Amino acid sequence: MTSAISVSGLVKTFGPTRALDDLNLDVQTGEVHGFLGPNGSGKSTTIRILLGLLRADSGTARLLGGDPWKDTAVLHRRLAYVPGDVNLWPNLTGGEVIDLLGRLRGGLDKARRAELLERFELDPRKKGRTYSKGNRQKVALVAALSSDVELLILDEPTSGLDPLMEAVFQDCINDERERGRTVLLSSHILAEVEALCDRVSIIRSGHIVETGTLADLRHLTRTSISAELAGPPNGLADLAGVHDLVAEGNRVRFEVDSDKLDPVLKQLVSTGVRTLTSQPPTLEELFLRHYEDAK
Amino acid sequence: MIGTGNLVRLALRRDRILLPVWVLFLVSVTYSTTTALEELYATAESRALLGVTANANSAFLAMLGPLHDWSSLGGLVVWRWGVFSGLFIAIMAMLVVTRHTRAEEEAGRTELIAATVVGRYAPLAAAVIVAGGTSLLIGLLQALALIGKGLDAGGSFAFGLSTASVGLVFTGVSALTAQLSENSRVSNALAGGFLGVVYLLRAAGDAAGESGPQWLTWFSPIGWTEHVRSFADDRFWVLLLPLAAFVLLVGVSSAIVSRRDVGLGLLAARLGPPQGTISSPFGLAWRLQKGSLIGWSVALLAVGVIYGSVAQAVGQMVQDNPTLGQIVSKIGGADAMVDAFFATITQLLGLITSIYLVQAILRLRSEETSFRAEPILATPVSRWGWVASHAVFALVGGAVVLAAAGLGLGLVHGLQIDDVGTVLPKMLGAALVQLPAAWVIAGVALVLFGLFPQLTGVSWAVVSVALVLTLLGPALQLDQWMIDISPFTHVPKYPDITFGPLAWLTGVAVVLLVAGFAGFRRRDLTT
Repeated sequence: MTSAISVSGLVKTFGPTRALDDLNLDVQTGEVHGFLGPNGSGKSTTIRILLGLLRADSGTARLLGGDPWKDTAVLHRRLAYVPGDVNLWPNLTGGEVIDLLGRLRGGLDKARRAELLERFELDPRKKGRTYSKGNRQKVALVAALSSDVELLILDEPTSGLDPLMEAVFQDCINDERERGRTVLLSSHILAEVEALCDRVSIIRSGHIVETGTLADLRHLTRTSISAELAGPPNGLADLAGVHDLVAEGNRVRFEVDSDKLDPVLKQLVSTGVRTLTSQPPTLEELFLRHYEDAK
Repeated sequence: MIGTGNLVRLALRRDRILLPVWVLFLVSVTYSTTTALEELYATAESRALLGVTANANSAFLAMLGPLHDWSSLGGLVVWRWGVFSGLFIAIMAMLVVTRHTRAEEEAGRTELIAATVVGRYAPLAAAVIVAGGTSLLIGLLQALALIGKGLDAGGSFAFGLSTASVGLVFTGVSALTAQLSENSRVSNALAGGFLGVVYLLRAAGDAAGESGPQWLTWFSPIGWTEHVRSFADDRFWVLLLPLAAFVLLVGVSSAIVSRRDVGLGLLAARLGPPQGTISSPFGLAWRLQKGSLIGWSVALLAVGVIYGSVAQAVGQMVQDNPTLGQIVSKIGGADAMVDAFFATITQLLGLITSIYLVQAILRLRSEETSFRAEPILATPVSRWGWVASHAVFALVGGAVVLAAAGLGLGLVHGLQIDDVGTVLPKMLGAALVQLPAAWVIAGVALVLFGLFPQLTGVSWAVVSVALVLTLLGPALQLDQWMIDISPFTHVPKYPDITFGPLAWLTGVAVVLLVAGFAGFRRRDLTT
């Protein structure tokens, strides 16, 4: 596998604010990579550096084998971008903007444009100023998705979309994956990342704190277990990897590190299990753990 | 109206630098003009001579209006500064009102405000209070400045209130234009266009002299200030006209506010084409800038026509006035007088055009801050190509605007003296020689954009300084080195066109433009 995006040791400061602090990011060709983080954590700054709109203070960034600051025009022929805040020209129609951005990138697929307009239920005849936030976002999405490019860089592309449109968006991204395109999807909507992404990088205060497949990341988290046992839960509290144990008679509730699940279950079985429910870790818990740890 | 007080406080907080600068500027120029004129025309004879020449010179009449009372220092101040004082305060009122009404609404901030305990009329009322209040404050301080110089109190207040009255009328005008369009740029353009029209109405009326359509001046708020005849007759009753206009305009604007939706204008949006034909950054810039280019070209064509039609009268006036004839013959006769008229007018046209150039360059910054540059620069469009697509409207567009002005001057004056073939090329040339100086101003704007993006707005200060230095510098008796700062000082005066200054002004402009380009190529996109 080759890397579509590879960033190491990236630093960017705005006055006294250190927006990116030794950031490392690797996106492999053909994958949908989730870029997760709360507001202000540095997602958009990273993306703007990758687009050559900002210049990094130090560190290296490679995009499709080139330097995003120096080889701007050449690289931009091979990628499409959807900004988080889409602002349109008040007196240009949505259709005109889609065609403009497509032509500037070197042409767009007319059939795909028509199909996407229909799927997103977007009226291309309206003027920029009359679109709602969600519809402005759709204009940028249609323009990006109907371009023939290798890499899509999407910065919180669904922040204004309703749940129906969110579903359409997910279908579209799955189509892109099948076409072999690489997608960098920045988001703070965990369900979206969970549904779409092959691998995820979590950013906090300008630094990547976790990266890997969802399975890898789940491995690092805890499963919630509640059970009714045949007898008192002796010895459970002493096992490695058990947290927040609450025992009431024969009932227990606790969390267990996912990689310690096996010995803990064996312990439960040896006592005798009447009922058992277990909840797999959600990305949300993973996410919250990282941010709560930081506080 | 509930919540108006808080919104006024918000506006004053946001404009805590801008408003004091306007007040200081308009009051200090009043004071220094008085000082300068006091020294320049110390004797009764020199004033009388000025009175004869000023009222006989169509260029002066068109630019400054008639000198009603040359026996008093106050009369001279009113003549030299009154019209400009009105122009500047109108611009102040226009910018302030639009900034706090339509621009806020366009940015979606009014929605945020309107959802709190704030009445429907409060944003408009707050803007009117701030702009109108600032106008009155400026008028009052101008009056006090004149009284401080020992001038008659009645005349001083007549002058100050005249200035304030123009501010009030344009507070009303902008309150109205802010209701008409959804776009603050269009709102300012409508109000600014109206200001140009009323300035020209009185210019035409004044320049025409007693035989011509002097009544035109009664249709202009700036003309009204002339009819007050401060220090000559102090006709305060004339000020009832601007007061009535102010009340009417604000009333109509409020009526529209109560009927329209927040965020929308009176001019309804229509559907457009589902497909686009724009395929280059230049195509986009053309779409964004063509309205402004066409508007400016038509406006300057009109200005050229008006001044061109006046030129012939300059020569005739000399023949009608034996005293003046003697003075004029010393400086080269009636033809020299017409030439001097054209030299003054083309310089004025060059200065006005530099406003267009700066506006065209500043479009780059507004595209950047509104995040509209970002998607374009994320395509294969280079930074250089994007800047060039807009800069070409300043550099080449400026030539178009000046050529339109020259065309108006040359065509009308040529037809009047039956010699279009000779006059038209001369006038086109006289207008276009202003271009390198205007390019220098555009270059400064691009340097600010490229190297100090947060300070791009300072470009307007640069234009203002050039205007003040060129138009008022000699009257304020500024040192020559200060007047030399304005590039327009170095433009050769018609009809003695030499290419040396044009070459080095172009050189300076090129250096500035290259520096601006290079700066932008190396910097981050910022808001």
